[in-house]
Amino acid sequence: MTAATVTSNRGAPSRKTAYGSMSRDRTWALRWSYFFLVIFAAFFLLPPIYMFITSLKTSAEISAATNPWWVYNPTLSNYVELLTKPEYLVFFRNSVVVSTFVVTITMLISIPAAFALSRMRFWGSATLATGVFLTYLVPDTLLFIPLFKMFAVFHEWTGIQMLNRWWVLLVVYPTLTVPFCTWIMIGYFASIPKELDEAAIIDGASWFQTLTRIFIPVALPGIIAATIFAFTVSWAQFLYPLAFTTSVDQLVLPVGIITTLIRGDVFAWGQIMTGALLGALPPLIIYAFLMDYYIAGLTAGATKG
Amino acid sequence: MADAVLSTDPPARRVITRPNAVRRFFQRKSTIAFLMALPLIILIFGLVIYPAFYAVYLSTLRKSMTSVAWMRNCAWLPDVICTYLPFGNMQFLFTRETFWKVVYQSCLFAITAVIFKALLGFILAHFVHNIPAKGQRKWRGMLLIPWVIPPAMSTLAWLWLCDPSYSAFNYVLTGAGFDRIPWTGDANWARFAVILVNIWVGAPFFMIMYLAALKSVPDQLYEAAAIDGANWWQRIWYVTLPMMRNIIAITALFSTIVTFANFDIVRVLTAGGPLDQTHLFATWAFKLGIEGGDIPLGASVSLFMVPILAVAAIFILRDINQRGNEA
Repeated sequence: MTAATVTSNRGAPSRKTAYGSMSRDRTWALRWSYFFLVIFAAFFLLPPIYMFITSLKTSAEISAATNPWWVYNPTLSNYVELLTKPEYLVFFRNSVVVSTFVVTITMLISIPAAFALSRMRFWGSATLATGVFLTYLVPDTLLFIPLFKMFAVFHEWTGIQMLNRWWVLLVVYPTLTVPFCTWIMIGYFASIPKELDEAAIIDGASWFQTLTRIFIPVALPGIIAATIFAFTVSWAQFLYPLAFTTSVDQLVLPVGIITTLIRGDVFAWGQIMTGALLGALPPLIIYAFLMDYYIAGLTAGATKG
Repeated sequence: MADAVLSTDPPARRVITRPNAVRRFFQRKSTIAFLMALPLIILIFGLVIYPAFYAVYLSTLRKSMTSVAWMRNCAWLPDVICTYLPFGNMQFLFTRETFWKVVYQSCLFAITAVIFKALLGFILAHFVHNIPAKGQRKWRGMLLIPWVIPPAMSTLAWLWLCDPSYSAFNYVLTGAGFDRIPWTGDANWARFAVILVNIWVGAPFFMIMYLAALKSVPDQLYEAAAIDGANWWQRIWYVTLPMMRNIIAITALFSTIVTFANFDIVRVLTAGGPLDQTHLFATWAFKLGIEGGDIPLGASVSLFMVPILAVAAIFILRDINQRGNEA
């Protein structure tokens, strides 16, 4: 105690620090934080807000040289037009069907695999766990050309055409979702105390029962986070559907909006922005309601070792 | 307990009386585990590892895909090697000006975008961390929205914001007395635009990661630093950064991979134009391979991403293993 006071006394004169009031410092730091947060929030929310503004305008108002930041004659005609267009409804349906199936497939593959890798060791299981993580790092842009060719060769051999069918996406999307979901599920399962499944095994539960009765209920937050991840990835994926599907009735939403609403140099901006906004809505709604799970899944990838 | 032991005994005895090696094999723990992981193994080998090697094979072929694209005009190599090296596509790429533009643009894009995303994320994380805990959730939720919107959709909004004639940005600029900016028409402005959009999409992810890391730094360290008379800069440099080092490294490496392999943003915003000045490896590979129909050449282009991705992946793996050992 005395030593500390002595050293601080000795140090004080040499440092000419103006000791302001701590609470005043805090108040100013707080004000600056809010000031910059407002600026950044404006920057971050600008495109979605501008999407919304444009979606309320008629084509006439868009091409007139008026202030683009204001809506003079708000109208819902873009929404009505788009939602009564059979094409657009097909895109929407395709997206919903693809995402639902992909989420189901992903969970069916990754939950048992994560359980096997975290609890039941077998020859090469540690290597496989690392391999799963490395697979997650392989980007889609590296694989779309060989996959394209593989599907073409598959057609030659078996006569089953996979290209330009929406269900080809059910085959390729799991390559994006399964590795990450398995990886974070391994992390969640590893955090469950061993006593829990030992007790279950002693009580005569099979491995499968241990998984469904113990692990899935306990790791439910992790499963929800993984489900959200799988859904957002399959909803937002753009490269694979762009490369593998071309017919209008086979497209999913993001590709459909970009390839059908943009024709040559004619941009129907009102409709494009409406379509983009409606396409962005499902992930946004899920995010709004399940934000904590979403963020948990986001940070789990890198923080769980 | 005793019941459990008894109940597992009878089937075992039955197995002995009627030897059924197959059944016993399927009841072994490691076999069940392997079967549970089998779909994953098939997926990884069939749809990731096999295509990756198939890409290498494809890159050695000619456009017709019936013959091998041997190297040509390689007089500096012994003839035997020269006529049997199947890297004709790579050799062809090296002689094309566009290829070097793509290399330059990819590196510029990835490095600039990752640095600015990391900086912006770091600053934002501090601002969010500064405000009272009650309001943090709300701000964090708002700031993460760019990451949640599908990038192809949000880039459409940017495309419209950057439209050369009716654009909202140019309206503001002309209103303020500046010249109109050809956002996607001029090479350098187009580069700026794609990087800006990438930062916009990616910075929230950095913010979330860094915020999580900031929250895990114990308050006592800051108190100790404050008692020692450290100013805010010293606190960041000597306390925050060392404590967050691992998370900063992992996030930046992750982002390097994703940014380097980016497709959506460039494809929608500039489609590689003007004059192929903003192509990345991915968008150029798409243009050559899928749109141009030259699959081997497209595969060769996309393979040039591998070295950088591999280096980043090795470092990530090292960092994650370190974390595993610390815990």
